[in-house]
Amino acid sequence: MTSDHAAGSMTSDHAVDIDKHVRVYITVFVALMVLTIVTVAISYLDLAVPLAVTVAMFVAIIKGSLVACYFMHLISEKKVIYAVLALTIAFFVALLALPVLTTNNGFGFAG
Amino acid sequence: MDIPYTVEVRRDTGLTNGKIGIWLFLASEVMLFGALFASYILIRVGAPSWPRGDTILDVPLATFNTIVLISSSVTMVMAWASLMRRRFGTFRIYMGATILLGLVFLVVKYFEYGHHLSLGEYPRTNNFLAIYYTMTGLHMLHVFGGMVVNAYFWGPGAKLWKTNPEWFTNRVEHSGLFWHFVDLVWIFLFPTLYLL
Repeated sequence: MTSDHAAGSMTSDHAVDIDKHVRVYITVFVALMVLTIVTVAISYLDLAVPLAVTVAMFVAIIKGSLVACYFMHLISEKKVIYAVLALTIAFFVALLALPVLTTNNGFGFAG
Repeated sequence: MDIPYTVEVRRDTGLTNGKIGIWLFLASEVMLFGALFASYILIRVGAPSWPRGDTILDVPLATFNTIVLISSSVTMVMAWASLMRRRFGTFRIYMGATILLGLVFLVVKYFEYGHHLSLGEYPRTNNFLAIYYTMTGLHMLHVFGGMVVNAYFWGPGAKLWKTNPEWFTNRVEHSGLFWHFVDLVWIFLFPTLYLL
């Protein structure tokens, strides 16, 4: 099986575009490696739990955003996908808020 | 009858059916793992005391696995980029590397689990281990599932490249989206379970 079998036209502009993408992937990969080291290094600082959670989640969100935006191409996706994800995030936040509502006296919701 | 909109995009969404399908599936996956993260928060906040993950779990091993999984995400996206450049041979190398890195991840987890089980640390031992085994176990199943799909595209499924390369490229992109999601989940699991 060779590339000769590939159908479809691929212009030189397209090839240049993919080359740009590849450079971005390498940059993101390096950034993710550095952030992984940062994540582990922070854990050795013995921060108080609330601060440690905040910092760890902040770094994780940056890493996750890099993966989603560049590897999953969310940075240039269609509106339908954004709409699906917006709805998902809304439900996800509600799901995570449920434990908070049940533990902090329900923010006035609990009886 | 041919499956519609595998290569050409729908006029209403501007996307192929496969692309919409995989994103809807990933949305359901977000809710699945979201429920487990919510359970983790609830159990941890409700516990009188909670151990730091690094007092029980092996952080260097998990850091190694994090690097392995991130590397596999890069090889996965490079596999797709290779198809976009019409370089099937390069695709096979990158896809093969992705599968091997997934295998390395699972082998490391096997030894990690084996170590804990040999110490008598079972899911029933305490809430921390229960949530650890549940979340990492489910994640491992996802890694395995992704490997099976990727192995199919590396092997027998690659026949499609001969007859319909655009469709094959789209299929690899969709399996890549799943693989990146698995990486994304680990990015949050790692600090949550091992470092906090």
